[in-house]
Amino acid sequence: MLNIKEVFETTNMIEHENLDVRTVTMGISLLDCSAATVEETCARIEAKIRRHAGNLAATADSISAEFGIPIVNKRISITPISLVGASCCRTPDDYVTICKTLDRVAKDLGANFLGGYSAIVSKGITESDRLLIESIPEALAVTDNICASVNVGSTKTGINMDAVSLMGRIIKKTAHRTGDRECIGCAKLVVLCNAPDDNPFMAGAFLGVTQGDAVINVGVSGPGVVKAALDKCHGQSFQVLCDTIKKTAFKITRVGQMVAQEAAARLGVQFGIIDLSLAPTPAVGDSVAEIIEAMGIERCGAPGTTAALALLNDQVKKGGVMASSYVGGLSGAFIPVSEDAGMIEAVECGALTIEKLEAMTCVCSVGLDMIAIPGTTSAATISGIIADEAAIGMINQKTTAVRILPVEGKDVGESIELGGLLGTAPIMKVNGFSCEEFITRTGSIPAPIHSFKN
Amino acid sequence: MEKTVITVVGKDAVGILYKCSEFLYQHNVNIKDIAQTVLDGFFNMMMIVDVAGIDQSFESFAKDMKEMGSQMGVDIRCQKEEIFDMMHRI
Repeated sequence: MLNIKEVFETTNMIEHENLDVRTVTMGISLLDCSAATVEETCARIEAKIRRHAGNLAATADSISAEFGIPIVNKRISITPISLVGASCCRTPDDYVTICKTLDRVAKDLGANFLGGYSAIVSKGITESDRLLIESIPEALAVTDNICASVNVGSTKTGINMDAVSLMGRIIKKTAHRTGDRECIGCAKLVVLCNAPDDNPFMAGAFLGVTQGDAVINVGVSGPGVVKAALDKCHGQSFQVLCDTIKKTAFKITRVGQMVAQEAAARLGVQFGIIDLSLAPTPAVGDSVAEIIEAMGIERCGAPGTTAALALLNDQVKKGGVMASSYVGGLSGAFIPVSEDAGMIEAVECGALTIEKLEAMTCVCSVGLDMIAIPGTTSAATISGIIADEAAIGMINQKTTAVRILPVEGKDVGESIELGGLLGTAPIMKVNGFSCEEFITRTGSIPAPIHSFKN
Repeated sequence: MEKTVITVVGKDAVGILYKCSEFLYQHNVNIKDIAQTVLDGFFNMMMIVDVAGIDQSFESFAKDMKEMGSQMGVDIRCQKEEIFDMMHRI
């Protein structure tokens, strides 16, 4: 029988330490929705999403009420839309039409984000991929709940540098197109390397072609719970530190596992994976930076930060895999600057730079995330930043990503207010030396030697 | 049996347990176990109950119980037992 200490430990995590299930994301395959016309494709897409996800929000809400655990987001991920629209889209505007349909359906169903306005171009770009990518600035400007992603490389294929170069320009255009709204379009656009097929988190969520017709993937959270546990370990050995993180991660993940199984059963779809990521929010006490600081680093970004993050990430995984047999997605600690109160403070006081963040992305998921930079930054420099991150992902066989906002009219020392979970982004300094010649070369960086494992 | 855990936290006062038990009786909910402590004047109680015979939906029961708690100045949460079992039992 449960004892009172255990019961209050759980309720305390929920009440005071921001424990929640960050997202229940339903993946829906749209491969069977391709038609000869844009109108027919849109109609099929709408019908299929409604058929599967019609009860998603209500089901998540009732699970939340019964078990007393907040489920923050109800989301949908879909087949990369460049595959679905290839049969009918002849202009970027055709893709924008599909995007508007997706936005309307997502809003109707209570999904705060729908991910999968995506193209997978790690080896080459099809005509359909190109149209989709060119439509992104307009598509993200005229919709609210749609997230776009482009996978530009992988360990198996190398890095498509033509796509990297193109995405630098697309990010600039997206920032310009939504310049009157703090460049919000760029917060919904991520460039990935080694993108997973089953990621429940935005903006990089899509349902890969390896997946079934419909699947439930769940992202747990709980930086606040880990921080609270570590606050009791000051002065203790690394063993105590590791054990504490593992035990906490286990408990958090078990809650996610329960919610995922319950949601899959009630919605009559397959349970996919639990994503173990520690996902911060702008709320104080729900920060990955604060965890690093609780380990004994004065400010996130100081020497020792990368080691602390590596330890954290590894122990979260070790605790998490014991709690769920099906772990996937990104699974690690997220370090989105604008969405993490401790990261914002670390940037503002000069402890955390883009270069340090890049080093941190070598040991955690997922990449340079939610970083605002001066609007004067060139497209080639943004492509250089993307190429660096993609190289880290390709060589280390891990997912990396760049979600960066070149904010027009703003410079270092200023900040932008994105609101809600997206938070506040201080403008960060970017290295001013050029990589123009490197980026304007055509072709791709070949797959690394360790990709030939056959 | 459908076990649910009810937690009550708040300033200690006369009749908290009485009112909770009365409410559970009115809704045909059977109490299986009770543990409580008072720490620094704060009342902490945990009840494990069986809601198999409950006379309304679980969601409205939990909402009404929470509402009754706020009238007494205590926070009452009703959560199905599985969340605690999953977290604390392998």
